[in-house]
Amino acid sequence: MDDEQTPVVEAVGVAKRYGPTVALADGRLSVLPGETHGLVGRNGAGKSTLVGVLTGLLKPDAGDVRFNGEPAPSLGDRAGWRRNVACVYQKPSVVGELSVAENLFLHRQPRGRFGLLSPSKLRRAASDLLEEWAVPVAPDVPAKELTVEQRQLVEIAGALSHGARFVILDEPTAQLEARAIARLFDRLATLREQGVTFLFISHHLPEVYEICQRVTVFRDARHVVTAPVAEMDTDALVAAMIGEARELVRLGEDRSPVPADAEPVLELENVAVQGIFEPVDLTVRRGEIVGVAGSAASGKRELAEAVVGLRSRTGTIRAAGRTVRPASVPDSLKAGIGYLPGDRNVDGFVSVLSVAENTTMTVADRLGPAGLVLPKHRDAKARKAIADLDVHTSGPDQLVGELSGGNAQKIVMARALASDPDVLVLVQPTAGVDVRSKESLLGAVDAETRRQRGALLVSDELEDLRVCDRVVVMVAGRVVAEHERGFAEAELVAEIEGIGDV
Amino acid sequence: MSEQTDERQEDQAPQQKPGRPANRLKLAKLRDLALIPPIIALLIYGYTLKPDVFLTKSYLVDTVLKYQTELALVVLAEALVLIVGKFDLSLESIVGIAPAVAVFLAVGNTSMLGAPWPTWTVLPVALIFGALIGLFNGLLIVRFKLSAFIVTLAMLIALRGLQLAIVGGATISNLANRVPVIDNLGSLRILTIPLSIWIVVLVFGLGIVVLGYTRIGRSLYAVGGNPDAARAAGIRVERVIWVTLIVAAMLAAFAGLMLSARLGSVAAAQGQNMIFTVFAAAVIGGISLDGGKGSLFGALTGVVLLGLIQNVLTLAEVKPDQIQAVNGLVILVALVLARLTSGKAQD
Repeated sequence: MDDEQTPVVEAVGVAKRYGPTVALADGRLSVLPGETHGLVGRNGAGKSTLVGVLTGLLKPDAGDVRFNGEPAPSLGDRAGWRRNVACVYQKPSVVGELSVAENLFLHRQPRGRFGLLSPSKLRRAASDLLEEWAVPVAPDVPAKELTVEQRQLVEIAGALSHGARFVILDEPTAQLEARAIARLFDRLATLREQGVTFLFISHHLPEVYEICQRVTVFRDARHVVTAPVAEMDTDALVAAMIGEARELVRLGEDRSPVPADAEPVLELENVAVQGIFEPVDLTVRRGEIVGVAGSAASGKRELAEAVVGLRSRTGTIRAAGRTVRPASVPDSLKAGIGYLPGDRNVDGFVSVLSVAENTTMTVADRLGPAGLVLPKHRDAKARKAIADLDVHTSGPDQLVGELSGGNAQKIVMARALASDPDVLVLVQPTAGVDVRSKESLLGAVDAETRRQRGALLVSDELEDLRVCDRVVVMVAGRVVAEHERGFAEAELVAEIEGIGDV
Repeated sequence: MSEQTDERQEDQAPQQKPGRPANRLKLAKLRDLALIPPIIALLIYGYTLKPDVFLTKSYLVDTVLKYQTELALVVLAEALVLIVGKFDLSLESIVGIAPAVAVFLAVGNTSMLGAPWPTWTVLPVALIFGALIGLFNGLLIVRFKLSAFIVTLAMLIALRGLQLAIVGGATISNLANRVPVIDNLGSLRILTIPLSIWIVVLVFGLGIVVLGYTRIGRSLYAVGGNPDAARAAGIRVERVIWVTLIVAAMLAAFAGLMLSARLGSVAAAQGQNMIFTVFAAAVIGGISLDGGKGSLFGALTGVVLLGLIQNVLTLAEVKPDQIQAVNGLVILVALVLARLTSGKAQD
């Protein structure tokens, strides 16, 4: 590509922090006209923050963004941003109840006689627009009836109609099946020939090789490398994504191997959830941490939810020898299963209740006689949890909604531990928490399992999986591989991303 | 995408600044007491209006408080439903229909279902009828996942119609002489205080203990605050909501009996429009319409405040045809004051 070209978008030294959390330390990106540029990085690498800055939705603390050599519009000038850049998110940004045409011309509907909106003009403008970009969708269809694929194309057409010739695609393939992905890529290639530039974000590396000309890697809130894809093989790309072995979080290195005859504490026999994952056999022994790795669509999270009784399932689950009733959280608790949900904001904690209430939610029956909850007992339990897990809080009475992500997650961990479970089921326990909280959380899992508990740790974070004694990998609802401690990380990542030889 | 949400979450949950935490507990307690200053102000204002009568026991007890007892029970019932994160508009119709059915079966002009039933059945029949309505509401809301707002609105209308059919547009009166339960509820005094006030004090005391210090009570807050988290913590969310709806309906039925006892009759319009005052008292008292927040003590102060406002307006000789408009305005002012003193958004 010609070095003289002015980049469509250029970001230099972009930084953004939220309180103590650095979301982006050194964001750099330069996308040339007419290319499809890949942006990859693991969770927390700063990709989404960069997208927020590039689309004018986030104000960077430092750094500079230029479009076609011109400084970016001011944050308030939404129209200015929309002329330069558009983003199609994973989540729909259409109004489901309105028709495709109304969505395309939302708040800029063509007017007819008397300054009133003209439905016929609107329909004509919409079908012209859809035709121009060859989107095979009728303008009268309600947006909620579109498939994911159609919805994405409509959103792209809408973006282009604002004048932008630079479109950011945020994991557009995550919810698409293989043939739809192939069609989308055909369409993107056509649009590229028509002069549209794309920034393509994906966790699926083969896609990056398929449609991108250059790729930029972010890691730990920093730009790591930008290179033509032809000059970067998969190994180099994965190495850039996961970096050198980090000095932090060296937990669990001194864990002694679990004896083969250790008592099983969680046994899964033919456990399956229809349409999500196929029958799984899995045993967690006392003192063992078993990792379950896989992408978002692998079914790993659903496996955890089935174990703790949040999903109906088939097959047999025994906890410490006792058979657990399917789809009953109270019975799972009684059987000795502690649970840390995958998204604390959804079902992890009650933000309007205090640290003490949240910590003891699973054990409200053990805080006094005859169903009474004695605040003294509750606060004592909470204080112990605060000390054990190093929670930064003003005390048991503080609302959990006021805590930072890492500390809120420790409260969720405390809730899982409160019932003194035989086995812990943890889903993405360190998602979106800072490094120190990660250490406390994983340290707790490490320490607790040394006390003869077992743990099932569901995660796609390498830092989590390193603590595990054993890791099984799920892809598309099946267990495809199993590794002992000391696995090759690049190989594991390749398996998770579906580019291994599995 | 998860990355983005997590970062946002960090953003919304700023690190605690030193110094602030210590005030946390105090603030929470203050919210409960937010209405005490306006209540005191109203007492003083009332006293300046009518120094000779206002602060006497007979006025405060027999004129102010006695007329708030039924409202207080319904507010308690609604507070429970709101805390668990639902709505129940039908409570006001239960206030009318439960005593109407019970009294009708005992002393009505009918031979339906083997009527007349013995007069002692009035109390259990009213409570059971209330419970059945709560059960039915729960069936639609919890089992069939219908909108609580619309379900209970439809029930409000349907039950109101049923009551008209039973009472026939007239009023079943002279109950005190015919139904001993009603007579007792209406006229019995213990230590010179009317029974109905004792009952309210007792029920609120019990409610405060149950909500604050029992497992089931705390689970109401958890379910209302975040049902998914409650479910993941092993709370049987559906059951908690269902039980709450039944208990609330029974409380409203009992409140209806107390109202009939005070008036000595069951009117066709008994309870009508009460639900607006109920919501006003609950929200002024700090109960969140979003669920999971608020205390029964706060709700009780809301009731007392509204009762005082009404009486003070009468004492201030506001014309009867203007009193409703003034009452509405004062409720707005009370809401604003509660917002200011608590410093928290009402939602």
